[in-house]
Amino acid sequence: MADPVLSLRGISKNFGAVAALTEVDLDVSAGEVVAVVGDNGAGKSTLVKILSGVHTADTGTITFESQPVQIGSPAAARHLGIATVFQDLALCENLNVIDNLFLGQELRALRLDDVAMEVRSWELLRQLSAKIPTVRIPVASLSGGQRQTVAIARSLLGDPKIIVLDEPTAALGVAQTAEVLNLIERLRENGHGVIMISHNMADVRAVADTVVVLRLGRNNGVFATGDVSSEDIIAAITGAHDNVVTQRAGRRGATEKGQS
Amino acid sequence: MTDTDTAPRSTATDLQDERLRQSDGVAGSVRALLDRVRGGELGLLPVVAGLVVISTVLQILNPIFLSSTNLVNLLLECVPVGVIALGVVCVLLVGEIDLSVGSISGLASAAVAILFVDQGLPVVVAILAAVALGSLIGWVYAQMFNRFGVPSFVITLAGLLAFVGLQLKVLGPIGSVNLPFDSGLVRFAQLAFLPGWLAYALVVVAAVALFLSGYAHARTRRKAGLSDRSVQALAARSVLLLVGLGFAVWYLNRTRGVGWMFVFFIALILVLHYALSRTRWGKSVYAVGGNVEAARRAGINVRMVYTSVFMLCTSLAAVGGVLAAARLAAANQSTGGGDVNLNAIAAAVIGGTSLFGGRGTAFAALLGILVIQAISSGLTLLNLDSSYRFMVTGAVLLLAVTLDSVARRSRKSSGRA
Repeated sequence: MADPVLSLRGISKNFGAVAALTEVDLDVSAGEVVAVVGDNGAGKSTLVKILSGVHTADTGTITFESQPVQIGSPAAARHLGIATVFQDLALCENLNVIDNLFLGQELRALRLDDVAMEVRSWELLRQLSAKIPTVRIPVASLSGGQRQTVAIARSLLGDPKIIVLDEPTAALGVAQTAEVLNLIERLRENGHGVIMISHNMADVRAVADTVVVLRLGRNNGVFATGDVSSEDIIAAITGAHDNVVTQRAGRRGATEKGQS
Repeated sequence: MTDTDTAPRSTATDLQDERLRQSDGVAGSVRALLDRVRGGELGLLPVVAGLVVISTVLQILNPIFLSSTNLVNLLLECVPVGVIALGVVCVLLVGEIDLSVGSISGLASAAVAILFVDQGLPVVVAILAAVALGSLIGWVYAQMFNRFGVPSFVITLAGLLAFVGLQLKVLGPIGSVNLPFDSGLVRFAQLAFLPGWLAYALVVVAAVALFLSGYAHARTRRKAGLSDRSVQALAARSVLLLVGLGFAVWYLNRTRGVGWMFVFFIALILVLHYALSRTRWGKSVYAVGGNVEAARRAGINVRMVYTSVFMLCTSLAAVGGVLAAARLAAANQSTGGGDVNLNAIAAAVIGGTSLFGGRGTAFAALLGILVIQAISSGLTLLNLDSSYRFMVTGAVLLLAVTLDSVARRSRKSSGRA
């Protein structure tokens, strides 16, 4: 794969006495989906916040398109071309789809160009093959998957190079999850680099090219999705091959054998 | 989708989804309206209905109520509190409240009277100073709110007390200052009416402007491949406006006509309506009222929005106070006191502005204050004292807030929260 668009080297972040991230590395290329997985408290959210400019790293370097950069604020991140879709989506439910897509970056501040915004909204949604019947209804009327689509479409507005998705499928049903996974594949086809934070191993294996495992704030393995099993990833997440998950699997296997 | 140039064209970009129910024609519009109401998207419907009911009842009780003389008066009486309510609408839109608008208006009326009459400053300077004082107060509120996170309820409750005190202090021991009747300010509020031809001309201008802007908009939409309103629909809307306003002007012109002060109020409403619906600032106000965190993450300067809204509200309260003084030709210790505060807030809420933030329009202030003034005027005509007025206004306010809450719940259940 080509040179990474974004690469993090030796990123550390402390909150008081707690080392949330220690010497973490991460690379994302254009057209690549990188899944960041890890248990609760592994530092995934902190990593997202550093990428989106909510927090700044204590040490370490961030290289974006071969230039060392600082991400000091959410605006700086967006300006660079890193768009983040947070888990809670941050949509205004009282506003319609167009208003939400263009929130804070409306066209023509003093005489809103609603026609151009509507046209552009449809373009964005078509680009994602989104299934949203009309852009003139309040976001409150949309399903979880549709809201996720709106949030992702909004992140595309500034034409970002990297899109960070925080738990994009966490609250979704089966069909809606599939829709969002399709969406992620479409982002990859369009040449965006995607960083996806996820808990769900099935989703990760379905769309990710690379899996980066964090454990207790440290890198604990980088795998190509093609040649790794879920068990190996889980082992890396929990830190041992003999872990709660494999023990359960073993027990179930034993019980089933006993029954047959 | 009927148009004069009915060239065969493909379905508009925004109407391609098969799940969309077509709402063409009159039947379609009615059905769409019913759907909206059932879903809790009440808009201005309850207040308009309320206004009709109240007017009918009061007219039956006392035939003078809908007389031209009374209506001319009623419209002028609306303006001072209506202007204050306009500011309250803005604060409610971001989900905050200002309880001190009454005392700020009282303080502004005292300030304008003292500066103009006692200090002998030109009236324009006195007015500007009073309004500047109002916006300064709003700025202080916003600093307290933004920097220390004090709830607006408490800040403005403190302001309510403090500015009543300041008003008493400013007015001094006499406690009342009369404005000269021949001053421009008093004439503007009491005696200045539009000449008949000008009133009709404004009505025609309004109708034509509505049609032209609608037509231009429809044409841009058509060019962009979006659905558009038909020329017939646009024309019908304009004709409706023309006939409605034309009739109102004709009826008012049978006696004194339309007061300049009322025209000023309408102009303020139109400017605010434009600012709220067609500018980036307006969208950010609604966004902050809907979801502050989302607004912040979208890069909106949330503090700036709060500051602008608090300042707008207190400035409009000051303008309302100046107009109240002009209307009364005096500023005294009770100006802005009593029910002004609650009437202004009640007007905004009765007009359909949600107390929960993010919902409402500038027209809420007009409709709400019309309801309150109608009740007030009607009960006065029936020779009932203010005890009844308070009770009836209280009941109407409770009804309006209940409607707001019920509508909010049905929006939730039908997924329009």
